[in-house]
Amino acid sequence: MKLDSKVPGGPLEEKWDKHIKDIKLVAPNNKRKFEIIVVGTGLAGGAAAASFAELGYNVRSFCIQDSARRAHSIAAQGGINAAKNYPNDGDSIWRLFYDTIKGGDYRSRESNVYRLAQVSNEIIDQAVAQGVPFAREYGGNLANRSFGGAQVSRTFYARGQTGQQLLLGAYQAMMRQVQNGNIKYHPRHEMLDVVVIDGQARGIITRDLVSGELCRYEADAVVLATGGYGNVFYLSTNAKNSNVTAAWRAHKRGAAFANPCYVQVHPTCIPVSGDYQSKLTLMSESLRNDGRVWVPRKKGDDRHPNDIPEDERYYYLEERYPSFGNLVPRDVASRNAKMVCDDGLGVGDTGLAVYLDFRDAIKRDGKDAISAKYGNLFDMYENITGENPYERPMRIYPAVHYTMGGLWVDYNLETTVPGLFAAGEANFSDHGANRLGASALMQGLSDGYFVLPYTIGDYLAKQEPGKRYGTDHEAFNEAESAAQEQIDKLLNIDGNRTIIDFHRSLGKIVWDKIGIARNKEGLESAIEEIRALREEFWKDVKVPGEKNNYNKYLEFAGRVADFFELAELMAVDALDREESAGCHLREEYQTEEGEALRNDDDYSYVAAWEYKGLNGKLEETLHKENLEFEFVELKQRSYK
Amino acid sequence: MSKEMTIHLKYWKQNGPNDRGHFEEYTLDSVNEHMSFLEMLDVLNEELILADKEPVEFDYDCREGICGSCNLVINGQAHGPKERVAACQLHMRNYKDGDHITIEPPRAASFPVIKDLVVDRSAFDRIIEAGGYVSIKTGSATEANSILIQKEKADEAFDYATCIGCGACVAACPNASASLFTGAKIAHLNKLPQGEIERSNRVVAMVDQMKEEGFGDCSNFAECEAVCPVGISISAIAEMRKDYMKAVMSGD
Repeated sequence: MKLDSKVPGGPLEEKWDKHIKDIKLVAPNNKRKFEIIVVGTGLAGGAAAASFAELGYNVRSFCIQDSARRAHSIAAQGGINAAKNYPNDGDSIWRLFYDTIKGGDYRSRESNVYRLAQVSNEIIDQAVAQGVPFAREYGGNLANRSFGGAQVSRTFYARGQTGQQLLLGAYQAMMRQVQNGNIKYHPRHEMLDVVVIDGQARGIITRDLVSGELCRYEADAVVLATGGYGNVFYLSTNAKNSNVTAAWRAHKRGAAFANPCYVQVHPTCIPVSGDYQSKLTLMSESLRNDGRVWVPRKKGDDRHPNDIPEDERYYYLEERYPSFGNLVPRDVASRNAKMVCDDGLGVGDTGLAVYLDFRDAIKRDGKDAISAKYGNLFDMYENITGENPYERPMRIYPAVHYTMGGLWVDYNLETTVPGLFAAGEANFSDHGANRLGASALMQGLSDGYFVLPYTIGDYLAKQEPGKRYGTDHEAFNEAESAAQEQIDKLLNIDGNRTIIDFHRSLGKIVWDKIGIARNKEGLESAIEEIRALREEFWKDVKVPGEKNNYNKYLEFAGRVADFFELAELMAVDALDREESAGCHLREEYQTEEGEALRNDDDYSYVAAWEYKGLNGKLEETLHKENLEFEFVELKQRSYK
Repeated sequence: MSKEMTIHLKYWKQNGPNDRGHFEEYTLDSVNEHMSFLEMLDVLNEELILADKEPVEFDYDCREGICGSCNLVINGQAHGPKERVAACQLHMRNYKDGDHITIEPPRAASFPVIKDLVVDRSAFDRIIEAGGYVSIKTGSATEANSILIQKEKADEAFDYATCIGCGACVAACPNASASLFTGAKIAHLNKLPQGEIERSNRVVAMVDQMKEEGFGDCSNFAECEAVCPVGISISAIAEMRKDYMKAVMSGD
């Protein structure tokens, strides 16, 4: 395997424009002869499917939910960044690019990030034209707010439901193309394998989740926009059905998996309340604009928070990071929350929580102003915890939220399997070792609306229009039987432990040892524990029901099986990276102030893993894409 | 300390659209008050699986009230007793020790049962397909701030756009009408200048599709508004009807 990032030459500002000029086009009469499969209907997949169809390609769109509108992008709350500089506060494409590179702790590819910042403005134009009801100023202009990791206000938002509104925009664009017959739409279908013929992605195997039937689809190119793998932790802010299966099975067919250890833990989530807990709920980090984070200075201070006087409150982010205060990037905020709780200063029944307090903001701006900004988030909090955040500070704790790692892609978003592309959270491309707030929506839509429609054309232009191998080709037979075999195997074990039980145990290992902070010893033992538990899973899991019927537990069993393999690779990757970077904090490598200490001489690379086999242990070969920083100077990140 | 309760459940089992279906009963002994309703069903299923019984199927995904996947009818009420939340955001602290809870799928011919509590809501997709969009291609948009929109208008549009497409409105309506769902999309786009151009075509296409899917008409019961987890106002329906009449009368 050879990694070729295919980054165009020339000055940073001109690379994308030059690339657009250089790439090959497909003539309209030939577009009709090409078929593109898009798996996933979130921001990246929905936007890509709609845009391909508008260009005249034949598109097939697949999602596991009952409707494309339910993809997990819908849950993104806070907003979407763009370099419009409407507030006139000094923003620019360069600054958005620079903040993203710095926020990612210099572990992302400069050219991709610059392009992301460049197309960010077009995304806002596009969404507004679709009728996305963004927040407005009284003069009728679009409103902006600030977000973690930035000193400018560049975030566009639709109350606390920005992801929902952007997703519905993409979904509606997609439905318009379904109506026009340009998209064939397959909800309640799960991709179980990629079919590779003569080294190129030529189709997929899916399971119809209603009938249980395995299906074969052939195409000229396949796009995976299947989201991230945060659910490997069992508890995360991801939707319950979010999974790594499509990406992982593509990995096993030759697509390199990059930086799996880069996992973002979001600082402002509602803490765990009990063992029955099935997911964690995020409170948008926009709350940190007005909420102040603190813990009591005294250990075991069990007074009501409102009774703790000002000088006995430890506003640790404001004290430690005076220039960013409560708006430090997510990784810094999460790590600090863990540190104060490890020091015994945590609050609530479990001691695993810190306060996020709106008292001062309510005093300053009034309850109505705070309610107008965050009303739905406050309601959500009260609903889940039974406590009123207008009267008592919220309790928050970090939770797994986003995975920066994913399928390795080149500048064209093509994986190491020709004809197989990855977009959105499913790829590794733009966020380095840490993603900034309000940048996931930007990246998903950038990939789907403005990057893939160009780059996939360049790939297809080099293919023979209308070439078909037929779904009775040997490669389809083999992929379908492999999928069938696994399903049969899972159903036949009939062991003693449920899938949720296994998943919860796996999640605990991953959270404890490959979570907010990692060390060599912990990672080595994690690998052993994951292998042992995986072996037990395959002997003792109990999967109910039938294969030829709607069977959610069977779906989950297949996904958990893949998480078991991915988890091992995460540990291997985290062990290999003997430095700290962004969200990857190796306890052995910290500055005296407890910040992530990078080792740019030895680790300024993307770790792209090639699957070699699984035999009790996972076998993977490491390939390194060296990150060249031509345009920015590498610095120790500081938000002091 | 959190409270534990005994809850008596009665839930719908139906193996596919052609099965007659029936209720089954089960008592859970230690339901924690902080559990969500769906977590309580997870616990039920864990117990059923370990006892070699078939778990009950239900739809869910985000479990934070925004994806619209869950659509349980709980003791006859879509999404249960708590106002303005989806079933996934309903917590067991709303119940007390010894309560009896009956769980059914939404009953509507246009939402055929797939299995147990899981129904087919693809009719909603087809209503959006018929015209629930602005016909704008990627790349052809004008500069975002060239379209000025009054703050109040944008806020109002949002109030309709916030629909999560769960189908509670259909479940609650004695006519199984999809008017609130359809009206919400129409009202969202109507409030904005971007939606103005296709206004007439949109309303006719979407309303006709709604009828074709077999949803009933609106008789102003307003049950839909009462159960809507995001509080969509039935003024959406008035808006839709007014526009429909106008479009049909003017022959647009």
